[in-house]
Amino acid sequence: MADTRSKTSRPDDRRYCETHEWIKPDGDTMLIGITDFAVVELSNGNEGDLVYCDLPEVGRILKAGETFGEIESVKAVADLNCPVAGEVIEINSSIEEHLEVLSKDPWKEGWLIRIRPDAKSLDKLMDAKAYEKFLAEKAH
Amino acid sequence: MKKTPLHDAHEKLSAKMVEFGGWHMPVQYGPILEEVVTVRTKAGLFDLSHMGRVRVTGADRERFLDKICTNFVAKIPLGSIRYSLFCRADGNPIDDLLVYRSEDEVFLVVNASNTDVDLAWMREHSKGFDVKIEDQTDALAMIALQGQASQATLQELTRDLDLASIGYYKFKYGTVSGIADMRVSRTGYTGEDGFELYVPKSEAVRVWNECLAHGAKHGLKPIGLGARDTLRLEAGMPLYGHEIDATHNPIEAGLEFGVSFKPEKGDWIGRAPLERLAQKKTRHLVGIKTAGPRVPRQGYELYAGPEKIGYVVSGSVSPTVNSNIGTAYVPLAHGKPGDKVEIDIKDKRQPAEYCALPFFSRTRK
Repeated sequence: MADTRSKTSRPDDRRYCETHEWIKPDGDTMLIGITDFAVVELSNGNEGDLVYCDLPEVGRILKAGETFGEIESVKAVADLNCPVAGEVIEINSSIEEHLEVLSKDPWKEGWLIRIRPDAKSLDKLMDAKAYEKFLAEKAH
Repeated sequence: MKKTPLHDAHEKLSAKMVEFGGWHMPVQYGPILEEVVTVRTKAGLFDLSHMGRVRVTGADRERFLDKICTNFVAKIPLGSIRYSLFCRADGNPIDDLLVYRSEDEVFLVVNASNTDVDLAWMREHSKGFDVKIEDQTDALAMIALQGQASQATLQELTRDLDLASIGYYKFKYGTVSGIADMRVSRTGYTGEDGFELYVPKSEAVRVWNECLAHGAKHGLKPIGLGARDTLRLEAGMPLYGHEIDATHNPIEAGLEFGVSFKPEKGDWIGRAPLERLAQKKTRHLVGIKTAGPRVPRQGYELYAGPEKIGYVVSGSVSPTVNSNIGTAYVPLAHGKPGDKVEIDIKDKRQPAEYCALPFFSRTRK
């Protein structure tokens, strides 16, 4: 189990899901990625253990909670879930060739997709503090 | 979750620990693929203490085992080891195992996740035989050295036993780390030369640490179960729950070498259906490799054009083959090495081709 307490606190400019995606408002759009915890769970901290990331087509309409892609490590495959409903308007296609970015900077350079959300509110999702509490409880 | 005598040693080495077959085991100490390369080029040290170890004694031990084993136990030369399976009456396996035959006992090594089922099966079928079945799993640790530097490393710790004199799939006894009469076998689950040691529980940590200390100069490192799975798949070795299980029999899995239909063995549980199947099998286990980015995984389906023809049972990234590899069941008419096939991964098709098993083999000692 990854030691979640040794990490510095997660950015508080975004919201978090129990499936370890983050979503960050960026003007009229929102960026979605996965947390450092998700990356470590998949790769055990070895960036070479990540082998593949499958992202959706631009234009795809996603429901809240819908799986939009997959990320694969040497020994496991994890679904990527969209925290809110919206349309995919851009994908970070460089990630597919440079999975190590997810280990180095999951918060900024490691964004996965940009969506135009149906609604602006992210109130139902966890903030950084609540996500860290969730991780701490999960570790016990 | 059960812990092996080496559990704390793994945590000290900062291993990532996971549940496996009811045990808390190291899945990796570092990057899995680097661990695979270490074993293929130097040597690795494995804790296999989770595996079930069973000693069978008594006057009827071989006659009893020849009733429940697929291989011909009474014909194993003394000091040799054979691969075998336990099958149900329908010919489908309960487990696969290694059988060590000595003058006064037969020693079995079974899978961790099946140990309880195996013991219950053995006891159920032992009625009427003069046998004693002893579960030695908790009394012994099991440590494997695998890779080209295994012999050099282990010989430094071994007295009164020349390891070079132990042939492949044979065992002898010697003094290892000062512990007399230790069982040492030239066996493994990696496709490399190597040894498996059966160590009294109280001495396990010391033997483990001495192997690491002496092996360091040869490049030996501790290796987790993640790399072990890739190593065994590259070497074409089956894993219960994947290539074989309650619906995948040893004949279709290509394990005929572990199944004896010799008349002298007499009847055994599962013999009749497997003997019939050997004459008319319709599907077989094949290797696949794919240059695509996705790794074949258990349950993915294989297509020849629009037709679904089979499914994957194991898969891995393979640093040795430098490709993503897997094993799959397909009809006999399919699977010729070099022929193309497609893997369906969540409704996307990835091209692959069949290849001969094993993916990797090294000339044996």
